[in-house]
Amino acid sequence: MPILDSIDRRLLSEFQRDLPLEPRPYAAMADRLGIGEAEVIARLARLSGQGVVSRVGPVFAANRAGCSTLAAMAVPPERLEEVACLINAYPQVNHNYERSHHFNLWFVVAAPRRDEVDAVLDDIRDRTGIEVLDLPLVADYHIDLGFDLQWN
Amino acid sequence: MTDSPLDPVDRRIVLATQAGLPLVERPYHAIAEAVGIPASEVMERLARMQRTGLIRRIGAVPDHYALGYAFNGMTVWDVADDDIAEAGARVAALPFVSHCYQRPRLLPDWPYCLFAMVHARDAGAAHALVAEIAAALGPLSRGHRVLFSTRILKKTGLRLAG
Repeated sequence: MPILDSIDRRLLSEFQRDLPLEPRPYAAMADRLGIGEAEVIARLARLSGQGVVSRVGPVFAANRAGCSTLAAMAVPPERLEEVACLINAYPQVNHNYERSHHFNLWFVVAAPRRDEVDAVLDDIRDRTGIEVLDLPLVADYHIDLGFDLQWN
Repeated sequence: MTDSPLDPVDRRIVLATQAGLPLVERPYHAIAEAVGIPASEVMERLARMQRTGLIRRIGAVPDHYALGYAFNGMTVWDVADDDIAEAGARVAALPFVSHCYQRPRLLPDWPYCLFAMVHARDAGAAHALVAEIAAALGPLSRGHRVLFSTRILKKTGLRLAG
């Protein structure tokens, strides 16, 4: 993990939301931090380059920009690589994690319409011969305020 | 929050911003130029998308893994249908829970209908967070599992196809 000074940490902790919708948002951040606008931009560029900031911008609610579901499969360990490759090749799949459970493959399928999501799930079932659990979102309880980073 | 369909201009704004805003003095002006509308309209539309819930927040998005939060635990809870709203509210109120969703119960394979994501720097810290969720739920939980991610096989974030 890269070494982060106190300004870097504040950039990561305190600016996960409420980026001002005004012409010079980084200048507004700079005012709060007591540094210059150019330094805010340079630090964000460095943190992005180091990979600790994935991006600066809007976080979209995935389920509202179209249809999506969380899918799970119980894949025999010897077939995991093959099945993961097959799944990852679908452009509609945007996350795919191996997890520690009998259902060991968990991925998100997103598409503009539900029938396209269904078609991808059916196709994966047909091509692998493995059942796919379809777990679409029913309710979202979370109020997303960003992630509570702990510095120690 | 009400769902509102994306009109074609919103859609172009989503496409132009989903990989991040440019790190320049006037990022919304840069987006406006790419989309072909005035910067004031970009800011107004982003504000509206925030109000309607399409945008959760606008800001710096940290990468948990790069910051050492290597233990990504998907905690799943078996909660009775009648208790789900109360259980969801209790878990969502915990500051360390990054996502909290109800999903279908698919019996007999899958009894868990409440999903909550936790991120920790080591297994011990992750289990402590799971214990906090269990304490918040008390008897509302009839059973739970924690599914740690052992490998990221693909992660591209939300991408609206152009």
